[in-house]
Amino acid sequence: MHEPRGKDDLILSVEDLAVHFPVGGGLLGRNRRMLRAVDGVDLNLKRGECLGLVGESGSGKSTVALSILGLLAPTRGRIVLDGQVITGRPSGDRKALARIVQMVFQDPYASLNPRQTVRRTLEDPLRVHGVTARSEIEDRVATMLRHVGLRPEQADRYPHEFSGGQRQRIGIARALILNPRIVICDEPVSALDVSIRAQIINLLLELKDTLGLSYIMISHDLGVVEHMSDRVAVMYLGRIVENGDWREIFERPAHPYTRALIAAIPDPLHHAPLATTGGDLPNPLNPPNGCAFSPRCRYAEDLCRHEPGPVLETRPDGHAVRCWRSEEIAGQAAMASGDNGHTQA
Amino acid sequence: MKLRANLVIGGTLFALAVLVGVLAPWLAHTDPVLDANLMNAEEPPSWTWWFGTDDQGRDIYSRVVYGARVSLTVGIVSQLINSVIGVALGLSAGYWGGWWDDVVNALTNVMLAIPSLIFALAIMAVLGPGLTSLLIALGLTNWSFTCRIARASALSLRNQGYVQAATVLGYGDLRIMMTQLLPNMLGPIVVIGTLGMGSAVLSEAALSFLGLGVRPPFPSWGSMLSDARDQITTAPWLSVFPGLAIFLTVLGLNLLGDGLRDILDPHSRSRRT
Amino acid sequence: MTGAPLIEVEDLRIDLDDGERRVAAAEGISFRIDRGETFGLVGESGCGKSITALALIGLLRPPLSIGAGMIRFDGREIQHLSAAAQRDLRGNRIAMIFQEPMTALNPVSPVGRQIAEMFVLHKGNSWREAHQLAVEALASVRVPAPERRVNDYPHQLSGGMRQRVMIAIALACGPDLLIADEPTTALDVTVQAEIIELMRNLCAERGTAILMISHDLGLVANVCRRVAVMYAGRIVEERGSADIFRTPSHPYTQGLVDSLPRLGSRAALGRSRLKEIAGVVPAITNFPDGCRFNPRCAHATDICRSVAPTADLLEAGGLVRCHHHA
Repeated sequence: MHEPRGKDDLILSVEDLAVHFPVGGGLLGRNRRMLRAVDGVDLNLKRGECLGLVGESGSGKSTVALSILGLLAPTRGRIVLDGQVITGRPSGDRKALARIVQMVFQDPYASLNPRQTVRRTLEDPLRVHGVTARSEIEDRVATMLRHVGLRPEQADRYPHEFSGGQRQRIGIARALILNPRIVICDEPVSALDVSIRAQIINLLLELKDTLGLSYIMISHDLGVVEHMSDRVAVMYLGRIVENGDWREIFERPAHPYTRALIAAIPDPLHHAPLATTGGDLPNPLNPPNGCAFSPRCRYAEDLCRHEPGPVLETRPDGHAVRCWRSEEIAGQAAMASGDNGHTQA
Repeated sequence: MKLRANLVIGGTLFALAVLVGVLAPWLAHTDPVLDANLMNAEEPPSWTWWFGTDDQGRDIYSRVVYGARVSLTVGIVSQLINSVIGVALGLSAGYWGGWWDDVVNALTNVMLAIPSLIFALAIMAVLGPGLTSLLIALGLTNWSFTCRIARASALSLRNQGYVQAATVLGYGDLRIMMTQLLPNMLGPIVVIGTLGMGSAVLSEAALSFLGLGVRPPFPSWGSMLSDARDQITTAPWLSVFPGLAIFLTVLGLNLLGDGLRDILDPHSRSRRT
Repeated sequence: MTGAPLIEVEDLRIDLDDGERRVAAAEGISFRIDRGETFGLVGESGCGKSITALALIGLLRPPLSIGAGMIRFDGREIQHLSAAAQRDLRGNRIAMIFQEPMTALNPVSPVGRQIAEMFVLHKGNSWREAHQLAVEALASVRVPAPERRVNDYPHQLSGGMRQRVMIAIALACGPDLLIADEPTTALDVTVQAEIIELMRNLCAERGTAILMISHDLGLVANVCRRVAVMYAGRIVEERGSADIFRTPSHPYTQGLVDSLPRLGSRAALGRSRLKEIAGVVPAITNFPDGCRFNPRCAHATDICRSVAPTADLLEAGGLVRCHHHA
């Protein structure tokens, strides 16, 4: 999958990534089967870009994130981070990786050590990475706290003394204290109170620009993804089914699954029934024949159900789709003049 | 409140026992070993001899006061050894998992299957009596509960966001275990440790009663009980007072453990709703 | 709709007794739900929406208790009913489904048995009849192969299937009111759509009223006919659901509507900085004086800091609790 743009400004490229886990199996491991959590994923992230990664639970988006963070050894494929191939390196290299890629966690209550002050939480990583000068450490902690909208005087408090939104600011400060190039945001606002979310979303976007970061934004809230992302990749059952510019994805979704996701969002202004897709995510241990989405797809034909899955085809404009019938469906949708996707009333 | 009563009574009893042991030279009326005087043999409790005297005329009160030193040293030190072993094994097993976890689990199961007192007895038989062998014997045989608790805590804590965050920040395993996991499992470990001290005091008494404790002339509560065995009907004070000392100390430790559990457990959960 | 409302809550106060003192976790709660109506209660964690629901179904437990006010269900005051009478009401006429169906279902009992139990308990059916009714109930919530699924244990089902079972249990005895507390928060968006549609259709068929509780204003506005927004223990605005999004009256509701990125808005209007609601949600023990939103409100004046606003009727219909509403 070659992007038409220059390869040089890529900060991350994931090539044909696969992560398989052995599961089950009796005492002798006879019934052991392979869970293909991620099966052939290609992703590119440019400097300063925010890539939205979307999909239901079990789609493999967290597995992709863990592989990029070096916490899971891929079964196959290559991950190139800032020019360095990180796959196949010993796990001791986590420390070098930590200075390039960091993560903001979903739950600000569980992701801060309750027994450590904010100062300790922010200073320890610096020490682990060889910063020894007392003044430099204090300086960097204070600067980082100001960056995330906290006061340096608050550093000696414990996490339970902060509100959920403030805790998430601390979590962001921790992720940024080593000056990483890439930050993976895993549902960064979904555990927060609704009236606090906008503060954190604004903060993340601000920091991206001031610090020149690149984001991978994992979220099931498509409103947030649309607001934050430059590009969006949609995952289904361990594979990317659609990948493109945010506007393409949200205004002209080409894969029936993307369309289903968008259509399932309740429209607050209309009392209309929600579009349903039918059925749950199939068991990933026993994926359907043919296209993985075919059992739930209302456009599925014999071809979709029986032929081995379609490949991800990239159009000249960079919009990639994994669907046999996307062209026809796009035509039908145009005729029906947009039965999904809401526009501002 | 009932919860606080546990803590206050237990803490007071235990602190009292420790204080008595530390201040023994000032509290005791006579030397527990040397001041034997057959003229005073087997005096019942009185204003002169608060707890009475034994068949060699030694002051039971002074011997009980000095005996606190042995009993508490054994209780505290052997339980510390147990806690360190249990935490080291359990924490690493829970965090790393894999074959190391299997090994630790097997070891724990073996320890749980052998009655710990019998095991301690066997170690004492090899090492011979004395304080050091007592500490080793009791310190090596009672770590399985601590290990179980530490392993279970590590298993649940290692999936916490802050542990993952530490991994992502490039922390080494040892640092993660010491700074992220250990402080957050300390509550239950301290509770188990306190209760364990109580049972170590009892085990010391049992081993000394069997003649495997500290060597005879120097008093420990257990050896005093053992010596008093023959005179239990003729001179009951010989066994009542060391027995009472054991009872109160162990009761204090158990109440303290319960009290600590009450205040430490809810703390480990977030109180927000 | 004419006739007496199905449920009427008047000036309800719920107290939280934390040992030393008593604070009102929710107060001045008044609303009514007609038969077959859909009503939403929206707010953030700690605003009092869930405890209000628990009060309706008689499940408040210490340290929470009803401090004042009245709950009238089908013409009868129920806030002081005996435990037995409340139990009879529960399940039979008022049912509830929860956010996490895994914890609300008994893990060691087959789901069919848990549904059948409702018929045995409340309708006096025999176990044999109840089992057959359970199969039908599972079929009605569109669980595939219900004859086989009745014997499954909760852990064998997916999250969406478990929530279907919860709905089957809740609707087994044909209740008049279904309370749904964050019924889809733990679910993926496509599964959410199915559960919501199922709930909406089944309740519409049977004339069951829905009280839906959620932090998701958009979802509630889509599902319910009327919506009440709660903030820090009080209802601040109650409106028809389309109105609340188009013309929110309370500054808090306005803030909620404006602060969240809505699908399609970036494409239509471009990306601008989201409007933030400043400050933090106050803790129950530390509610501010006057209007509880005043420390976070851009329009707050002296009166907002000292006097709690009353619920004013809006010309366009609905209620708002703000000194300066339009």
